[in-house]
Amino acid sequence: MEFSEEKLKKVSEIIARYPQGKQKSALLPVLHMAQEQWGWLSTEAMDYVASLLSLEPIEVYEVATFYSMYNLKPVGKYLFEVCQTGPCMINGSDDIIAYIGERLGIKPGETTSDGLFTLKTVECLGACGYAPMMQLGKHYKEHLTKEKVDTIIEDCRKNAAVNN
Amino acid sequence: MSKKLLLEHAGVEGIRYYDAYRKNGGYASVEKAFKEMTPEAVVEEVKKSGLRGRGGAGFPTGLKWSFIAKPEGVPRHLVCNADESEPGTFKDRYLMEFIPHLLIEGLIVSSFALGSNATYIYIRGEYAWIPDILEQAIAEAKANGFLGKNILGSGFDCEIYVHRGAGAYICGEETALIESLEGKRGNPRIKPPFPAIKGAWDRPTVVNNVETLAAIVPVINMGGEAYSKIGVGRSTGTKLISACGNINKPGVYEIDMTISVEEFIFSDEYCGGMANGKKLKACIPGGSSVPILPANLLLKTAKGETRYMNYESLSDGGFATGSMMGSGGFVVLDEDQCVVKHTYTLARFYRHESCGQCSPCREGTGWMEKILKNIDTGKGKMSDIDLLWDIQGKIEGNTICPLGDAAAWPVAAAIRHFRDEFEWHVLNPEECLRRNYGLAHYADPREVAV
Ligand SMILES: Cc1cc2nc3c(=O)[nH]c(=O)nc-3n(C[C@H](O)[C@H](O)[C@H](O)COP(=O)(O)O)c2cc1C
Ligand code: SF4
Ligand code: FES
Repeated sequence: MEFSEEKLKKVSEIIARYPQGKQKSALLPVLHMAQEQWGWLSTEAMDYVASLLSLEPIEVYEVATFYSMYNLKPVGKYLFEVCQTGPCMINGSDDIIAYIGERLGIKPGETTSDGLFTLKTVECLGACGYAPMMQLGKHYKEHLTKEKVDTIIEDCRKNAAVNN
Repeated sequence: MSKKLLLEHAGVEGIRYYDAYRKNGGYASVEKAFKEMTPEAVVEEVKKSGLRGRGGAGFPTGLKWSFIAKPEGVPRHLVCNADESEPGTFKDRYLMEFIPHLLIEGLIVSSFALGSNATYIYIRGEYAWIPDILEQAIAEAKANGFLGKNILGSGFDCEIYVHRGAGAYICGEETALIESLEGKRGNPRIKPPFPAIKGAWDRPTVVNNVETLAAIVPVINMGGEAYSKIGVGRSTGTKLISACGNINKPGVYEIDMTISVEEFIFSDEYCGGMANGKKLKACIPGGSSVPILPANLLLKTAKGETRYMNYESLSDGGFATGSMMGSGGFVVLDEDQCVVKHTYTLARFYRHESCGQCSPCREGTGWMEKILKNIDTGKGKMSDIDLLWDIQGKIEGNTICPLGDAAAWPVAAAIRHFRDEFEWHVLNPEECLRRNYGLAHYADPREVAV
């Protein structure tokens, strides 16, 4: 479990953004890099990050467990994070969450048996004017309808087939 | 009247990139500040402008800047708060996504004023595509001599770095944000010491909201005095409002703070009226933490005067009959919406986001969520309403940071103004399960005299 040369260079660049001796500040960005690479943060991955930044492993664990974006167990290749807070709720997020669950045969918090999809409910993502919405990877899918959800699921399946 | 200072060029083709931005007058404030002004003079203009922080608290920006400690030989930092996580709020995202150079320009001038050679943008992790946009703008500014070493021959060096959070509303609170920037859990610090004395890495630090820092550009371009003449009273300049909920045109609007709430909701220039011909029932005018108002108190104050979209007017009547400008997250509820259920989702939000350091907040938010869920699903008792009232009152004012208050206020206001709706849920358990909204008996408030 290691980063490529290129990624290690990126880590050094990130460390250099903060005052000397304060490389702990690079922890959140480097954890993001680790999660991008391995999909989730195993103990092994967190220990590796600790060694890169000269931190005690516990300093990494306590941070990784605090922030909701770090996955502490494996998730599906496509993580559907659907917002359920007030403004999305009044625009029908409950129905969208139920529909996705029905289409994928899973409940919030679960992953499909083929390991492709995980459904998760999240709190306000700053897209309340474009509700209902969800986050998929690096991007937002907004103004969700059942038809739109169908298309998104279809696209993910196609994408997965091409990449395998 | 619409007055555009921040979004004036929002529609210009290619404004996201340097060339178009520069052609439309971009970076003039940097030239003016670096060539004609001292850092002290910049702070002075900001003081004169009356600009108030756009992150939620509305604290005067110039005054905040004048508090920064300047011990010899100790670096100082400016940190831009782009954590934007208050439900209902999505204006900073709009600015960063579509006019990133405006923020970068404001950051350069503000860094010069405060003496920050290393300035950080702390952005919520979920806005995962925006750091690339900001970093591109930073690179373009640098390539054109507005960032880096010896900017415009002034001898002042400045770099701007983007720092991504990882999902935690509490990191919008300035001391939690600083902890997070230092690579720690986002636990707010006890104040004092204030960040202006001891902030990031124990150095003097100023934390300002994205919109506040973008507004520095027009303040310097037009001068503080001219800026202060826009708007009304202590609500100077323009404000971005992110509007959402049951309206025809959700989105981000720049307003001059002289328009009425009624005009904002019903005119085509802004929200375009209520969606599907429904009636207005209630509104949270400034982000989920501020008190919800029923339609009649939203459009008119308790004294029967027109309510306007500005700091003073929105808070007229205090928490008894008023609300707050807050972050400008404007959430509109129509007659079919259930205040109990809406309040429950907010209580769940705050329970989820409490950092857990103080027991009134950690335990109280959990209890409020549980009780509200019970009432919403027809399992509540009459005494639960008083219990909720009691719990919110015990959180408020008894915590390290204002998240506790932010969690308590929406619950208090919902009970204060919509107690009958809570009672209806308790009395009609079957019905509230079947149709998950409460009373729809609120008349068109425009016809209601207060
Ligand atoms: C729980 C909590 C969350 C906050 N979230 C934000 C936020 O997302 N963005 C923001 O600019 N300010 C937020 N604030 C306010 C900041 O603590 C701080 O006052 C603000 O960034 C100062 O900037 P301003 O003076 O330019 O408004 C939050 C405060 C609290 C208590
Ligand atoms: S009030 Fe809540 S969020 Fe703020 S420090 Fe206390 S427990 Fe943490
Ligand atoms: S409530 Fe869903 S994005 Fe804000």
